[in-house]
Amino acid sequence: MNAQTSLNRDLTEDLRRRVLDAAETRTPLAIRGSGSKEFYGRGVRGELLDVSGHRGIVSYEPTELYLTARAGTPLAEIDAALTDSGQMLGCEPPAFGPGATVGGTVAAGLSGPRRPYAGSVRDYVLGVKVLNGRGEVLRFGGQVMKNVAGYDVSRLMAGALGGLGVLLEVSFKVLPRPVAECTLVQEATQAEAIERLNRWAGQPLPLSASAWDDGRLSVRLSGAAAAVEAAAHTLGGERLDPVAAEAVWAALREQTHAFFAGDEPLWRLSVAPASAALALPGAQLIEWGGAQRWWRGDGEAAGLRARAAAAGGHATLFRGGERSGEVFQPLAPGLAKLQAELKRSFDPHGIFNPGRLYAGL
Amino acid sequence: MTDDATRALRDAIARGVPERLILADIEDLRPYECDGLTAYRTVPRLVVLPETAEQAAHVLATCHERGVPVVARGAGTGLSGGAMPHADGVVLSLAKFNRILGIDPQNRTARVQPGVRNVAISQAAAPLGLYYAPDPSSQIACTIGGNVAENAGGVHCLKYGLTVHNIVALDVLTITGERLTIGAGALDQPGYDLLALLTGSEGMLAVIVEVTVKLLPKPQVAQVVMGVYDRVDAAGVAVGRIIAAGITPGGLEMMDNGCIRAAEDYLHAGYPVEAAAILLCELDGTAEEVAEDLARVEALMRDAGASDIRISQSEEERLRFWAGRKAAFPAVGRISPDYYCMDGTIPRKELPNVLNRIEALSQRYGLPVVNVFHAGDGNLHPLILFNGGDPAQLHRAEQLGGEILELCVEVGGAITGEHGVGFEKINQMCSQFAKDELVQFHALKAAFDPKGLLNPGKAVPTLARCAEYGAMRISHGELPFPELERF
Repeated sequence: MNAQTSLNRDLTEDLRRRVLDAAETRTPLAIRGSGSKEFYGRGVRGELLDVSGHRGIVSYEPTELYLTARAGTPLAEIDAALTDSGQMLGCEPPAFGPGATVGGTVAAGLSGPRRPYAGSVRDYVLGVKVLNGRGEVLRFGGQVMKNVAGYDVSRLMAGALGGLGVLLEVSFKVLPRPVAECTLVQEATQAEAIERLNRWAGQPLPLSASAWDDGRLSVRLSGAAAAVEAAAHTLGGERLDPVAAEAVWAALREQTHAFFAGDEPLWRLSVAPASAALALPGAQLIEWGGAQRWWRGDGEAAGLRARAAAAGGHATLFRGGERSGEVFQPLAPGLAKLQAELKRSFDPHGIFNPGRLYAGL
Repeated sequence: MTDDATRALRDAIARGVPERLILADIEDLRPYECDGLTAYRTVPRLVVLPETAEQAAHVLATCHERGVPVVARGAGTGLSGGAMPHADGVVLSLAKFNRILGIDPQNRTARVQPGVRNVAISQAAAPLGLYYAPDPSSQIACTIGGNVAENAGGVHCLKYGLTVHNIVALDVLTITGERLTIGAGALDQPGYDLLALLTGSEGMLAVIVEVTVKLLPKPQVAQVVMGVYDRVDAAGVAVGRIIAAGITPGGLEMMDNGCIRAAEDYLHAGYPVEAAAILLCELDGTAEEVAEDLARVEALMRDAGASDIRISQSEEERLRFWAGRKAAFPAVGRISPDYYCMDGTIPRKELPNVLNRIEALSQRYGLPVVNVFHAGDGNLHPLILFNGGDPAQLHRAEQLGGEILELCVEVGGAITGEHGVGFEKINQMCSQFAKDELVQFHALKAAFDPKGLLNPGKAVPTLARCAEYGAMRISHGELPFPELERF
């Protein structure tokens, strides 16, 4: 038994009892893995429900392309296991801290640079085991690639910020690591970058990441060696050595890039990828082929949200700033009511992370 | 239309929908009595074919007010009875919602009405070098609204994902007739992921009135490798090795001997009729990528014991290799008066074991089973051959189908990979899910549809039904009450 497996524990029964008690006494619970994404969403006042001890890879079959792990399993442990078998999580999720867990990754639903080309966290969730607000242990989905039996509760859990249940186990679809990768850097204005990225995305090129910042457009190509070579030749630009390239994408994924430094509020604008450059004062950083735009500033929220909505999307106060109001784009009244009903169906007493996503949700 | 209540219902609907769009006579209702699963039929009270979302909303609001069930319907090609009418209800056909509202070449999306046929989207996007990836076998007829309702897959979903991975926005009507817009053009939406939840919800939660789909660039090159095997399990081994080698084929399909013969008789695709199984492996991407992967797949197939390997040398030949596979269902339809198509999924490694056990079940029930499936993602389509004119055979076919699905669950798979539960597999849901999970499903549905009027009796069984099914469950083909009718 190595150091990691000796930490493996199945705490389902303990967690279930905690939830039953909380349901009975109507005590709100603040669900926590390592706390690496505590900055995200709205603050929660509740009794701590620590899931980090419920950990361990339950099953991993590389040839079946899936991995199942308990919610408290560190993301780093999963990455190490996958790397050993030449595989990866296709959505390249950020950790935002050394202890980041599987549960937090799915609950936050945040994806990394590969997202527009390979899919999001929710796209890779095959199944979940959760505790609902009645203290029942439920399984949805499974470990097979295709499963349309029953409502897709598994994918619904991704990005729900723990409001619908306590994640106990998640099964992910995993992917082979690309044989070859290459990162190219070109000079470009913001408008040129948006135009190029969307033109390229309409062509059969093996794109796997993209970012623009301060006049520099970076793109990553992944796939068969010959295909990456041919595409690199077509696109042109300065080629980064593999170590530097890895550092570029890791810094974007983990937000250690200089753009993200300091305390100024960080806004995420998720928009239709080809949307024209957003007229905002100060610097912006663009990712996801134009679909994810970052802005620093103390802007007036309503104005930012209107701008994001006009570009087919929404704005989130991602880090910092005034977080007592809504940090996510407010929903239309019909949708807000439906989401509240949906939460009630899983969490009738409103004990799971109340208010983390929206006030009253 | 014989009763006063139905007349009153029609009059109420007619206050918001032109009379010509309301069908009430038995000869007009009859064509709607079933979908692609023809073994189950029910004539609805009315069929309404609205032309606008406002009209559809009026139908829903009217039915909601009166407590009348509503079954939404696209092209009616579904294979699980999901669009089978409710005897007390209204069929809401979205057939007239057949316009492509716009294609956005820069953002690579198409905004379409739900009655647009799957293949029509790719045809409209073709001049831009783009296409819509999910390609169910029925793509020339099935509609995108139905694809979303069932989370349809197809040959190419192994690499490009299911419907859920390929849509970016939905406009839906709730049971009260309220229109909700989920998503717009960005890659994600705030709040709980209703886009994921509504996809595959089988018309139980809301009615889809608009869909925005992702369009992908057409691959430069696609070629198919056909591997010919004398043993089915050797073909199964080849599938596992291709996936294990880190290759993601555009499609990876298997057909067994019965299916090969049926397809060859029908289409003369050049399939080897003596083979126990063939594998069709499509590789797509840049020319360099395809050349590299072709060589690897050929070697892997040979190592796994292929007796022959053919590689498509032209686009025409590639399409011919696929023609037999895509026409497998109609081909089987020619050799048997009726067939019953199953849709279970299993872990890939269980392929040889499950095929052997299906063969044993086939012999026990005395009904032939031919197999065609999406081998790459473990999605089986066993076709049970029977004569529906003989009630005993239909009954045995249902029994055999049920046992195959339970076998899928037993080895860690699911009762449906892409066809949906509908009415057909509702009993097997009792094997797939435990009581608390079914209760949660019902609670979730009630959040959308508290009166339970959208497609009632489908997709999620009541606990009472499961209790009854459990009591009636039959093992080893021994039918305790063979004279009793059951579903």
